[in-house]
Order: sequence, then C-alpha cells, then structure tokens
Amino acid sequence: MDEESFIHPYIPNSVPEIKREMLRFIGAGGADELYREMIPERLLLGRPMDLPEPILSELDLKRHVESILSKNKTTEEYVSYLGAGCWRHYVPKVCEEIASRSEFLTAYAGGSHSDLGRYQANFEFQSLVCELLGMEVSGIPTYDWGAAAGHSVRMATRLTGRKEVLVPRNVSPIRLSIIRNFCDSASDTSRIDVKIVEYDAATGMLDMADLESKVCEDTAAVYFENPNYLGVIEKEGASISDVAHDSGAESVCGVDPISLGVLAAPSDYGVDIACGEAQPLGIHMYAGGGSCGFIASRDEERYVAEYPLRLVCIADTAVEGEYGFGQALYERTSYMARENAKDWVGTTTALWGITAAVYMSLLGPQGMKELGETILQKSHYAAAMLDELDGVEVPFTTFFKEFPVTFNKPVREVNEALLGHKIFGGKNLTTEYPELGEAALYCVTEMHSLGMIDTLGAALREVLA
Amino acid sequence: MKVREYHAPRWSEPIIHELSTRGERGFVPPGAEPKIKAKVGPAEGLVPDAMRRRKPPGLPELSQAQVLRHYLRLSQMTLGMEMEIDLGVGTCTMKYSPKINEELAALIEDVHPLQPEETMQGILEIAYEFGAVYLREISGMDAFTFQPPGGSAGCYNNALLMRKYHRDNGEPERDEVVTTIFSHPCDAATPATAGFKVITLYPDPETGLPDTEALKEAVGPRTAGCFITNPEDTGIFNKSIDEWTGIVHDAGGLCSYDQANANAIMGVTRAREAGFDMLFFNLHKTFSSPHGSSGPGSAAVGVTRELEEYLPVPVIVKRDGAYHLDYDRPKSIGKVRDFMGNLQVVVRSYAWCMAMGARGLREAAEVSMINNQYLVEKVRKIRGVSLPFKGRRLDQARWSLEKLKEETGVGVGDVNRRVIDYGVQSMFTSHHPWLVPEPFTPEPCETYSKADIDYWCAVLERVCEEAYSDPELVKTAPHNSSNHRVVFDGFDDPERWAMSWRAYKRKRGLE
Repeated sequence: MDEESFIHPYIPNSVPEIKREMLRFIGAGGADELYREMIPERLLLGRPMDLPEPILSELDLKRHVESILSKNKTTEEYVSYLGAGCWRHYVPKVCEEIASRSEFLTAYAGGSHSDLGRYQANFEFQSLVCELLGMEVSGIPTYDWGAAAGHSVRMATRLTGRKEVLVPRNVSPIRLSIIRNFCDSASDTSRIDVKIVEYDAATGMLDMADLESKVCEDTAAVYFENPNYLGVIEKEGASISDVAHDSGAESVCGVDPISLGVLAAPSDYGVDIACGEAQPLGIHMYAGGGSCGFIASRDEERYVAEYPLRLVCIADTAVEGEYGFGQALYERTSYMARENAKDWVGTTTALWGITAAVYMSLLGPQGMKELGETILQKSHYAAAMLDELDGVEVPFTTFFKEFPVTFNKPVREVNEALLGHKIFGGKNLTTEYPELGEAALYCVTEMHSLGMIDTLGAALREVLA
Repeated sequence: MKVREYHAPRWSEPIIHELSTRGERGFVPPGAEPKIKAKVGPAEGLVPDAMRRRKPPGLPELSQAQVLRHYLRLSQMTLGMEMEIDLGVGTCTMKYSPKINEELAALIEDVHPLQPEETMQGILEIAYEFGAVYLREISGMDAFTFQPPGGSAGCYNNALLMRKYHRDNGEPERDEVVTTIFSHPCDAATPATAGFKVITLYPDPETGLPDTEALKEAVGPRTAGCFITNPEDTGIFNKSIDEWTGIVHDAGGLCSYDQANANAIMGVTRAREAGFDMLFFNLHKTFSSPHGSSGPGSAAVGVTRELEEYLPVPVIVKRDGAYHLDYDRPKSIGKVRDFMGNLQVVVRSYAWCMAMGARGLREAAEVSMINNQYLVEKVRKIRGVSLPFKGRRLDQARWSLEKLKEETGVGVGDVNRRVIDYGVQSMFTSHHPWLVPEPFTPEPCETYSKADIDYWCAVLERVCEEAYSDPELVKTAPHNSSNHRVVFDGFDDPERWAMSWRAYKRKRGLE
C-alpha cells in the first residue's frame, strides 16, 4: 500500500485531500508537527508499531476470525452439564432482537430526553427484578454476582458500622474470592473480616449451629445464597435471617432469579439486601461474558443511601401525565463524590439489564413458574437416574437446577472420557470441596431433553464400567 | 451550514406493567417429558414447603408481539451513536463499532467458561494474542488480563495489585495514593474502595495541569502509588509525566496509567516510556466495542514483568503451541470477576485491530487529534464559548459556556436539552467538581467526517445564537425530543423517589 492510498473504511478523514484541507484550516503542516507541540520528543515512540498488516477486506477479516474461533467446541455441539455461575438457558429470539438493536447497542451517556427509551428500559429492569425479589429498590445492574455480593456486604457494614461478615462455605468459591477482595483494605481500620460458616455435610445447607456460634455483635451481615453454589435450597432461609437480625446484622442473600417462579422471594424469608446474577434471564453465556449482577432492597432511605449503583428514578415532565426519568441521590456516586462515594460505579452491564427486562416481560408470572417447574423436574430426574448408576451417588436431595454427583473414579478421568461422547461433564469440585470426594457439580436445565439425559446415563455406564 | 429539521420518535409509551392483560403470555418454556414427570412427580413436591413461592411474581402479562413492540419503541426513543453525530460525548470515544464484529462476537455465545481448555482454543488464542501482539506493542507493557469487566473495574484491579504488592514487600503501611482532579473519578473512587487514602492534586489555572512540585510534596513513605489519566479529561497531555512516575518510584510507589481513552496516542506515545508499571485500556472506547447503553465493556489491564505474578487468575498462557489457563499463581490477587471477563468484547476489539493494523491505528490517532484541532478552531469562534487553560489539546477539550450563562442566563444544561432538538446527542459536561464552569467536552474521534464536524458545530452555534435571541426557547427545551423537560424535584426525597413501578404506584396512591 503506498502512502497516498491508505483510505480506511472506518476513518473518513483518512482521505488525503480532506486532511490537507483541515490542516490548512488549523494552520499546521501535519500530525507530527502537532504532536511535537504537545508531547516531548523523549516520549514519542518514533517508529511504526510492529504489528500484522491490516485486513481491510471485511470478507477476509470475517474468514480470519472465524478460522480461529472455529477451534472452539460449543455447548450447541456438545451436551453440557456445566453451570457453577454461568448457565445455559434458552434465549428467546425477542431477547436477541432487542439486545442487538442499534440504538441500545451503541447508546452510552446521553441525557434522559434524547435517551428516554434507555432510561425507561433501565427503570423497567429495576421494576421487574423487584417483582421477582419482592423488593422495591434496585439499580442499573453491576458487573456480575460477585461484584453484587461484594457491594452488598459493604453496604451492610456501612449500615451497621460493624466490620465482620459471615459467609457459608457453600457459596461459590469464585465469589468468595471476589468478596474477600471487596472486604480487604489497605487501611487496618477499614478492613472487613470475612468469617466462614460451615455447611451441613448431610444436606449441603448452611450449618445453623455453626452460624449461631459465630454471629456476634461485630457481625455486619450474614451473606448466603439460595440456591447455594451446590444447588441446594436453603430451606432455613427465614431462620438465617432471624439469626442475623437478632444480633443486629443485615441478612444478605444471593439468588438465581430463574428459580423465582417456584422458590420464595428473598423478602419472604427476611432478607434485607438481595443480590444475584441475571445472566440466566435471556443472556447468552459468551464464555462468561454474559454476567450481570443485580442488587435490591426495601425502599428505605438508609438502604438507598448506601447503594453504589446508579438508581434510575421515574419522574414528571412539564406535560401532565408524561413520564420522565432521572437518577436518585446521585451525589452518592463516584461520578459526583470521587473518593468519598459509596464504593464506585462505572460502565457495567446495562445492555444485559435491558435484555433481562425483555425476558421477564416475555415469560411473565406463568412462564417463570412453568420454567422453574421444568428445571426442577428435569434436574431431579437426572439426579435420580445418576444415583441409580453403579459407582455414582447424588449426596443432596433438596436442590434446584444443580447438584453434586460423586463417582468411584477420579472426576478428571470421568470428564475426559465423557468428552469422547461429546459431553461436557459437571464442574470438577475436588479442589474446592475435597470432603465431597470425587465430586462434580451437574447442571440440568430446560435445555436438556430426556434423550440427552438418558444418553448421559448410557455414556457414564460405559465410562465407569 | 443548514441545520436539519428533526423530531425524535415520541410514542408516549406506558410502563410495561401498564400494558399487562391478565392471561396473556409471550413465551412458553419447554415442559418436562411424560417419563420424567412420571418418575419425579409434580414439581411442587420437589421444593421444601418453607421455600415454595406462594404469591406469583407481579410480572406483566403480554403477548409476544406486544412485548417486542414495546421494547422496539423504547429503542427508537434512544439516540444511539449509530443514529447520529455523537462527537459531543467526550472522554467516552464514541467511535464506530464495525457491524461485522457483532457477528464474530456471537460465535462464542454458546461457549461455557468452564469448558475444558482444549475445547476453547479459539477464544483463548484471540485473548492471548490480542494482549501479546497488539496491546503489548501499543502500550509497551508485558502481560495482560481481560478479567476486569469495565474501565473503573480495571482501575480497581490495579488498586488491588498495588495493595498486594506493598504487602508482599513488607510495606503494608503504604496506604496513600495520589491522583489529579482531571483524572477520571475512578482513579480516586476505586483506590478508596480498596482502602487507600486519596490525595488529589489541583491544576494550575494557566496550564490546566498540577505543578510537579505539588506532587513532590504529596509523596512520602506512606505513598502506595499514583493513578493518573493522561491526557487528562481536559485533553491536555502532561509533558512531565515521566518525571512524575520517577518521583513516585523514588518514593517507593507504583504508577497506574488510566488509558481508558488512549485514542489520540496509539502508536504515538506509550505507558512504558512514560514509566508506568500498569495501565488499563477501555476496549469499549479506544478499541471500538460498542458501549451497550453502559456495558458490558472491558478493561484490558497491562502490567510490567515485575507485576505479572499479581494478575487475577486464571492467566492465559501459551505453551507448546496451545493455550492454557494458569491458576497456579501464589501471588495473584485472586478474582476480580467471575470467570475471564467479557471475552465477547475482546473478540470485537481483536477484529477491529486486525482491520486497522499498525498504520490504521496510528491513522486513527492522528485523525482524531487533527479532527479535534479542527473542531477547536471552529468552536472557538462561537459566541458565548470559551476555552480555559493554555495550550493545544489532543483528542478532546473541556470548554466553558460561562460567558453564555452570564450574558443570556442560558447554561450548559439548557444547551444540552436544546441540541437534541437538532438530532445530536446531548454533550458530556464534566465529572465533578466542575472546576470549569458550565463545562462541555466534545471529542471528535476518527469516526467523524469533516462534514460531520461542520454539522455538529453548526448545531452548537445555532443553539448559542438562540440563547442570545430567544433564551426562553432554549430554557424550555427540548421541543422535538421524545418527551418534555423533567420538572420533578424529588430525586433526593425518600417520600417521592421511585426506583420501581411498585414503589411508584404505592407512593402515588395508584394501587
């Protein structure tokens, strides 16, 4: 490519005549001269970057990227039993349509008039999540469940003025690592201690006796998950909240919202701050890129004042009956208060929030209930089928969607063998939960047909023989 | 130049709950097969009594076409970047996101992040090579992670690295960081969340930059490091930046470079030569991934060899021609996000860089910079507008409408509600505090043509003229937008704010 012919399709002013005309208007000779005026010589790179030649043809670019990504196997080609924080659910076509709309895809920081639709969709996400959770306040979603949990427990420490949070060992170890980072501090005086509560080896549920022995006047929050990381339904949720409240702590619970057509809303069992992961609500997995964390609470000033999130608030306009929007208590946010803000807020996952709003609107109360029932029945069928196999056991009985499965052979070997059957076995738990033995976390959703589940059984019979 | 007649879609669209009709439904999930039902019985029996949902969630009930129509209308009432000349939103780099990249990103939509490595070689290759080939050359840093899911998350990640580094070096008492007021708020807020005390340097009124002597006074034995945006939000490049990193290093601190918006300096100047230990790029700004109404984005964090072992796990490594996820890193800060971050964003940015090459990236930088010089010369001539601080700006400039406000009573808030009547997005003003009164910050990145810039300037000029000839017209704007001026003043009032439909109904007595 010669000097004059580099006209890039993404850069209109790469046309040399236009550039010359603009430089004349500015009164400058060229880019180098202008840069030298702003950046000292010693900091200039002073050479072309050493990078591959550009692929200017869209067709060639498409083929190049496709050739690399075709090395992936997907859960469309393989039957996957992986969950553990990212789940394959069916994504309705209408969700894809709205998520790919140019306007939502490419909007960012416009005002509430020119981006009225974006503000309203944000508000509707908040409204719909609140319906599922039985809460009244939520905000534009944060990055993922881990960040939502981290922010939630920090809210609790500010609310109570206490510096300790209790977390059971049956929450996701990844989220626990994120929570530990949120709670740690460069300053000794603001560090939050994370104390681990045991779980009951027989049921997979939080160990109430251990919780009661550890909760104290320093406890800011009891954080638990329902269903927890091991898929187990924490049926003592109300008692957990009571224990927290009796010692003046906040009850904070992380939930999988896809369960809420059949499982009680967190507000029903005394939860003060609910959080969780919206990815199941109509968002593809994207190798983990579909995460979308939410936080919700009752509409009380002391809670609202501690949110780090942007909180979209419905408002009135100069025309009677017309809706407008703005942001509540904006002074809290890091955009206004910098280091004095409630944690921080930034570009998070608004597009996934809008997508989840579409999903909740499509399913409605009936769809959420039916979907929850299908997941319950299919996962329990798969568990029962697996439990009947020689050398396989399913230790816990009260679960939703996910459950550990133990094998009489190393999980690593089982999973390797299953790959040969075009099956992704469950997440290997042997490092995270060695006490469970050779265990894997299996996830069964509405995506798994009877035939797929039975094929898993047949494959395992062969693998374990 | 003639300003277009424009009117935004105005659907007077109700809240989705108001469109609900009892019994309608938009989607039917698959049911369990009869054999499954026969084996496990009714679903109700599988949930402990205490955890059963008694009252169905109060979600709306709509048919599919009605849901689609509602959200299509909301999308129409959103002035997305692709619809207009979005160069008013400075610090955000509203550049074109090539449409083909959406199709390429979707190729990983059905990949689960915990799949065996050998079944994810494609996406691991893209993430690894994007860092090792492109970002390493663009920044001079040695190792990368894409785990932080947004720019501020990248800044937070770097605060965690800094915290761990000093602790491991036996200097946990280093608990202070330094930033500048024209660095993005995340450079103050995320280290504060990590427990650091934040010292903020303010600019000299002439140059717009803090004095180097002020930095020298701010550092000491408790200094953990600095978090600096450069060019700053004003578009001014700190020419002493290498001296600054030297001062912080001499005091024993680390230096984190906020390169969220590095659009005008790609291939021009780099973090390494400026002396930084770590940086982050926003892939949804400089590297073209769309902003998605505010995410999902991605921060590419780059660090020097010395800090590589602190990166969050897993780190993607290449051994014997294959890509692996390395969790065995004892000094790692652990996790900052579930899994590996927003890898679909990385796919888009990789594709964009492949389409640009060294020459295209440098061309994008040069054209962004020239576009801004051109815009500066045009906006400078508009009545009521002024440009505080001396010196040339790189990619953007922080302007002031103070004079307009004094002379007409029309401020930037009014102007922002009026420009949208002509079909351009409201401008980014400034982060807070507003050191520059009545601020606005346009950034004409490489996406915009000369004609686009001319049009945008014509709109701004027209609105400023209106402020002098008919200030009420501007103050009562918008007139052609999707709704009218918000008159609500209850955003800070617990009795009246409502962040959900159910709260709104309760507070307005609509139940």
